[in-house]
Amino acid sequence: MNELPTPFERFVQGILPENPVYRQLLGLCPTLAVTNGLKPALTMAVAVGAVLLCANIMISLIRNLLKPHLRIVVFTLTIATFVTIVDRVLAAYMYQMSKTLGPYIPLIIVNCIIICRCEVCASRQGVVTAAADAVGQASGFALALTGIAAVRELLGTGMLAGFQVLPEAWPAWVIMVLPPGAFLTFGLLLALVNYISDHRSRKNA
Amino acid sequence: MEYLFDIFLISISAALINNFVLYYFVGICPFIGVSRQVSMAVGMGSAVTAVMTFAVFLSWTITTLILTPGAPLSAWVAGWFMSPEKARTIDLTIMTYIVYIFSIASAVQFVEMYVRRFYPPLYKSFGVFLPLITTNCAILFACLTVMSNVVGKANPAEAWDLGRSLALGFFGGVGFTIAIVIMAGIREELDLCDVPKPFQGAAITLIVGGILAMAFMGFNGVDTGIRSALGGL
Repeated sequence: MNELPTPFERFVQGILPENPVYRQLLGLCPTLAVTNGLKPALTMAVAVGAVLLCANIMISLIRNLLKPHLRIVVFTLTIATFVTIVDRVLAAYMYQMSKTLGPYIPLIIVNCIIICRCEVCASRQGVVTAAADAVGQASGFALALTGIAAVRELLGTGMLAGFQVLPEAWPAWVIMVLPPGAFLTFGLLLALVNYISDHRSRKNA
Repeated sequence: MEYLFDIFLISISAALINNFVLYYFVGICPFIGVSRQVSMAVGMGSAVTAVMTFAVFLSWTITTLILTPGAPLSAWVAGWFMSPEKARTIDLTIMTYIVYIFSIASAVQFVEMYVRRFYPPLYKSFGVFLPLITTNCAILFACLTVMSNVVGKANPAEAWDLGRSLALGFFGGVGFTIAIVIMAGIREELDLCDVPKPFQGAAITLIVGGILAMAFMGFNGVDTGIRSALGGL
């Protein structure tokens, strides 16, 4: 069996080499749905990060008790519990934001990123590694989300996080903040990432 | 008449106007992963439709009878321990997500057993997709939509009944099938095209999805149009 990665390796891998959105194409539902502005995207990233961290730590602590055929059920229930907590906290302290995100907060339960990390990392390695892995993956997810959201909000409204950036005369591309804009932006950014990583690997070779 | 019309509007809205995949972005993973051949897409779509209808039925029943504040079953059980007035204020909505995940998992299991027992050829065509569906966000999304229309209505008459919920579940699944089948048809043609290297795979699929979403934006306002054409029923 291969040597399992150290905490630091896990952390670095999550940000770029194994970025959950661009490299693994996981968790696409929130990636497309809540990126019409920088603020909801950041809130979503923090919510996913919090659930991922808690679930990874919890699964890592009970990994020796897990029975193989029941593990997916245990993962899902653990995640559902933490999502309920995050949902209630958000509704209590950021009511407007929780209205904006609406059903996409409970949909974190079926976000493949979290189940995937529980399966790949937390159910095999210790608490420190699992936590580092969660933070790394969450940062990668946040990076991807804010990237897409920044492009969409800038072109769609001329603003960034509610502040006017482009001149007032900018003809807002309304399509960018509507659903089709999400598909187009993400498709183009994905192609860009593919192009850059191709270019790099060719230069190194 | 009023009621049938309402159901008709819910169905059109779920299947076309606010298509689950192209408007709400739920069920994107199979949309990109499975939509390579039309036959596979049809199998996946019918599996999702069956599970979604059944899961919506389960979650509507559980929500109405147990979870919503003042639900009959939970009030009856709580009535053994406390006064009836207090029992009617019992609110179990905090359990919603966990209960829904459980009911979806059991709906998947149930549909799988039923199909395998009674329709073996059908099981061969879409049985492989069934386990994947548990983590399909479209199903949970349908359950949550039903919940938001049942829980927290000031006027109990406004809460959705079973017929409206089932219409949403079934036609939501139909909308998913429509989107994924169109996508598979386009991708079969796309295989013959010379796509630039960075765009190959998911990127071109997403861009095609964007154009498809633009086409589906054409359905915007169809529901209000029908309403006004029929004289504001």
